[in-house]
Amino acid sequence: MNLIDLLLAPLGYDFFVRALVASALVGVACAVVGSFVVLKGMSFIGDAVSHAAFPGIVIAYLLGLPIILGGAVAAIGTALGIGGLTRRSGLRADSIIGVLFAGMFALGVALFSSIPNYVGDLFAFLFGDVLGISVSDMIALSVLVAALLLVIRALWKELLFATFDPLGAGAAGLPVRRLDNLLLILIAVTIVISLQAVGIVLVVAMITTPAATAQLLVKRFSQMIGVAALIGVTAAVAGLYLSFALDLASGASIVLFETSLFLIVLLVTSVRGRRTA
Amino acid sequence: MNHFIVPSDIKGRTPSPHPGGRAVTISNITAGYGERAAISDITLELAAGSLTAIFGPNGGGKSTLLRCIAGLMRPWSGAIEVLNARVGVHAARVAYVPQADEVDWSFPIAVDEVVAMGRTQRIGPLGRMGVADRAAVAEALGRVDMADLASRQIGELSGGQRRRVFIARALAADPEIYLLDEPVTGVDPVTQEKIMNVLDAEAARGRTVVATTHDLACAAQRFNEVVGLAGRVMVHGPAQLVLNREVLEKTYSAHLIPLADGSVVLLDDPHHPLGSDAGRE
Repeated sequence: MNLIDLLLAPLGYDFFVRALVASALVGVACAVVGSFVVLKGMSFIGDAVSHAAFPGIVIAYLLGLPIILGGAVAAIGTALGIGGLTRRSGLRADSIIGVLFAGMFALGVALFSSIPNYVGDLFAFLFGDVLGISVSDMIALSVLVAALLLVIRALWKELLFATFDPLGAGAAGLPVRRLDNLLLILIAVTIVISLQAVGIVLVVAMITTPAATAQLLVKRFSQMIGVAALIGVTAAVAGLYLSFALDLASGASIVLFETSLFLIVLLVTSVRGRRTA
Repeated sequence: MNHFIVPSDIKGRTPSPHPGGRAVTISNITAGYGERAAISDITLELAAGSLTAIFGPNGGGKSTLLRCIAGLMRPWSGAIEVLNARVGVHAARVAYVPQADEVDWSFPIAVDEVVAMGRTQRIGPLGRMGVADRAAVAEALGRVDMADLASRQIGELSGGQRRRVFIARALAADPEIYLLDEPVTGVDPVTQEKIMNVLDAEAARGRTVVATTHDLACAAQRFNEVVGLAGRVMVHGPAQLVLNREVLEKTYSAHLIPLADGSVVLLDDPHHPLGSDAGRE
């Protein structure tokens, strides 16, 4: 079998094409939101929010409600809770994140363990199962990713200003706290719509790694988002083919591809940096 | 640590007459962090078109006062009016330049992208940079001699160039009031001269400029008014009228060492052992 066949053969399967589109959409959304996350030093919040979605997902499952909705409520609630509690408690943000992250995930695990029979659907949310995505899920995903990108496009200047220089932005009259909260909501939404593809445990990598890789390569913020998105899509497509060819978990394959790319870029840029220095 | 030789005979620049009304009115404000008040019972009026330096020892509350005027901190008590309205109402007409060490210089952002932020409020939400905005960014970069470096990542710049980028961002906003936290600290004399020329020109066309500074010589020579701050307002007025040894001793108390020729050395670092020794003598 030559390379062309290797690339074309999986496209004969509808489920693979759906998974390819879904992964690419998730790759772009995570990378774009991730650029702000990385620059604000909020990667740990991403991890916390994805784990916090778990009890929401289990509760929605138990109540027979849409699973994504349950995840979204828990994720957004936790994201805003982290912001609010940090401002009020006087504790450091990472302490609050550590507490909420573990507490919410424990709640999810406890509820999950109370379900008597094996629940494959919920396992998919833990580790991702993009090959199982349905047509209607894919349409919903497309709409949500489009909405997400539109919001970021509309408030691009303001989000950038508030991220880069909250003092200057606040003095100029920008609603810095509301923009912070909006960013938290965007992170939560991104995570929830990505869960089916990569799962709770790995979604933080989809958010952090492409943006961190891009930061090593560019000098302008506008380029960073573009490069991060490109890496996100490339990794999604390449990772999915790898998972198909080697029969590996799809989410893990995508993340491993991103991680390898990051390490290569880190190696190349640090060698190059040493030479010029 | 900063050492300054302060001549016994300080020559200040002539205060320029400022025709407009009050740009900033501060009435009895007290503000601080946690339980500790950094500034107490501050009352201050800054005229439109004035060029004011806030000086004083570390921990004297310079940045706190500036943040209160910028609306970034809410005072525990008292009131602040900016451009004849409650602080914050006219925020879009205020430009704030943060201290250099509060900026993440590794942020992947180019010089012109930072300066373009100054246009954010003029463009408004949802809007995008237009021809006029690009022209304003280019003009601001030109005024601080940074046009050649517009595409550089900010971390690649020298200390003086970094300061000029933020001055350019403030210029691009075309504000009524400039609030600058240590705009000339740690920059070379040539850059300091360039920055002060720009600020001077802005004040001359009626814009109000307020800057904190450690550099007493610069405050005395390049600003038309000075405010001495050590938790409270120790002095406020034209530099050549109010800056004398008594005022400096009151403002800096523990940080001044008198010399035999009548001048004094200022050791502006409260944590340095020399500074506290000098205070006991």
